Amino acid sequence: MTTTETQPEAAPPSDYGTHPGAFANSFFKRLSTAAGSLILITLAAVATFLLVEAWPAMTMGAEELGKVVSFIKPDQGQSLIEIVGFLVYGTLLISLIALLLATPVSIGIALFISHFAPRRLAQGLGYLIDLLAAVPSVVYGLWGVAVLVPFLQPFYQFLADYLGWIPLFAPPESGEIFTGRVAMSAGIVLAIMIIPIISAVSREVFLQTPKLHEEAALAMGATRWEMIRMAVFPFGRSGMVGATMLGLGRALGETMAVLMIIGPGLTYSLLVLQPNQHNTIAAYIALQFPEANATGVSSLIAMGLALFLITLLVNMLARWIVSRRSEFSGAN
Amino acid sequence: MSKRIDVNNLNVYYSSFLAVEDVSLAIEPKSVTAFIGPSGCGKSTFLRTLNRMHEVIPGARVEGEVLIDGVNLYGDNVDPVTVRRHVGMVFQRPNPFPTMSIAENVLAGVKLNSKRISRSDADDLVESSLRGANLWEEVKDRLDKPGSSLSGGQQQRLCIARAIAIKPDVLLMDEPCSALDPISTLAIEDLMQELKDEYTIVIVTHNMQQAARVSDRTAFFNIAGTGKPGKLIEMNDTPTMFSTPSEKATEDYISGRFG
Repeated sequence: MTTTETQPEAAPPSDYGTHPGAFANSFFKRLSTAAGSLILITLAAVATFLLVEAWPAMTMGAEELGKVVSFIKPDQGQSLIEIVGFLVYGTLLISLIALLLATPVSIGIALFISHFAPRRLAQGLGYLIDLLAAVPSVVYGLWGVAVLVPFLQPFYQFLADYLGWIPLFAPPESGEIFTGRVAMSAGIVLAIMIIPIISAVSREVFLQTPKLHEEAALAMGATRWEMIRMAVFPFGRSGMVGATMLGLGRALGETMAVLMIIGPGLTYSLLVLQPNQHNTIAAYIALQFPEANATGVSSLIAMGLALFLITLLVNMLARWIVSRRSEFSGAN
Repeated sequence: MSKRIDVNNLNVYYSSFLAVEDVSLAIEPKSVTAFIGPSGCGKSTFLRTLNRMHEVIPGARVEGEVLIDGVNLYGDNVDPVTVRRHVGMVFQRPNPFPTMSIAENVLAGVKLNSKRISRSDADDLVESSLRGANLWEEVKDRLDKPGSSLSGGQQQRLCIARAIAIKPDVLLMDEPCSALDPISTLAIEDLMQELKDEYTIVIVTHNMQQAARVSDRTAFFNIAGTGKPGKLIEMNDTPTMFSTPSEKATEDYISGRFG
């Protein structure tokens, strides 16, 4: 092969310079970076606010705090740290009830929409679910108090009569369930509130099941339910856990519905059919806030800090579980 | 084990669109029958009607009869789930279940429909199925490893093992080698020759050399144009089809003049 003697004529440098899209490109890069940073700044600001504002109450002695703040009674076993303990317990208990009730129903709804319903019905149901997620929690609270609580009361009586020997369902000493404003009701209303988010996320997960694996199961003579157990659930397991955690995150922070429904109390009891046993952090803050003095507000913010930490932990856990999906070798 | 299939005047529709028109043919037991034809001619669609897998696609339906040893698959008291236990299927892309081990994959179909199976029977079945799929020697030391850890060709043979573990009468293969390299393709083709002693095998292939190599009889499907239904043009013994086809369209296709 002979070498060519002639060099190609050098192109003018301007041909390789900037281009018209360069400015818009770098502009949007900055814009989105700024938006991304904003969320970090907000989170840091909230955490700082909580810490700074809660500091006075957290560092004050228990006795002293009891004298200044009306709802803190160290002599009755309700110092700040003890109240936080009760409230964390109540919050977790009520959220757990909500989660236990909501998860199976939500998975059922999601499966129905993704694998059983005719396409048109599935679409309509999908919109309805999204709509339910948009109903304000105060409406759920009102509905819970006005409709659900009276409706549930005879059912609780039935539970207490026949299953009262289980500590969970024990009735008050009289044996009579005289009100439905109990932790169970709060849990049920919360369950209804978190069903939409759990079903919506699970539905998306189920719809992503590879057709390849679904057909593999069906072609072996699997029924639809067997196909779901073989192909859909294994593929969607981590997504389902993530969806449940997102629901839990919402249940933990819910204020209005719980505040309106529950007869509040501060104990570590398991008696979910009796009033004045439990309360949640968010509902307790909303309850005490209007009457609180400066130190009282500081104490409430300390409780808020506890809630912030719990939700943060739950959401981080959910994100972590969902992110493991990317490594999941479902596609092959 | 091996059964004969007769198809009489079968039309396949996707909603109102006629995808395959008026197919009548007979598939002999203990033989390999190949369906060839250009893309979109309906051969895969037609294959799926032989075990009612087309019903997985919304809107798909058929008119006509598919008789397996005289029993109409579209009769009143026939359950598609049961049909698929008699007519197994292997797909274009290997699809072992990624969350199951190799042994669990083989047993996946056997454990369906609430059947219980003892440990030793299960072990025997895993071995015999994997031997049947010419995979045993390669995987016998790692049966508890995930099925997705195998190579593409091994995965496809695992899928064949999974299909024959439930002892079907017929084995449908929808372009089983199109995602595989030539060595793996050869392994599967050799396997088909062994399997036809026991099963009726129907294979859809884009590869005419493959049809000529593996099949006893060949059916040629064609389509008149976009939006027109696919039709069976002719069916005959494979050597005749590839030497002296009776239709001009078949000759054009196999000689590479179109498609």
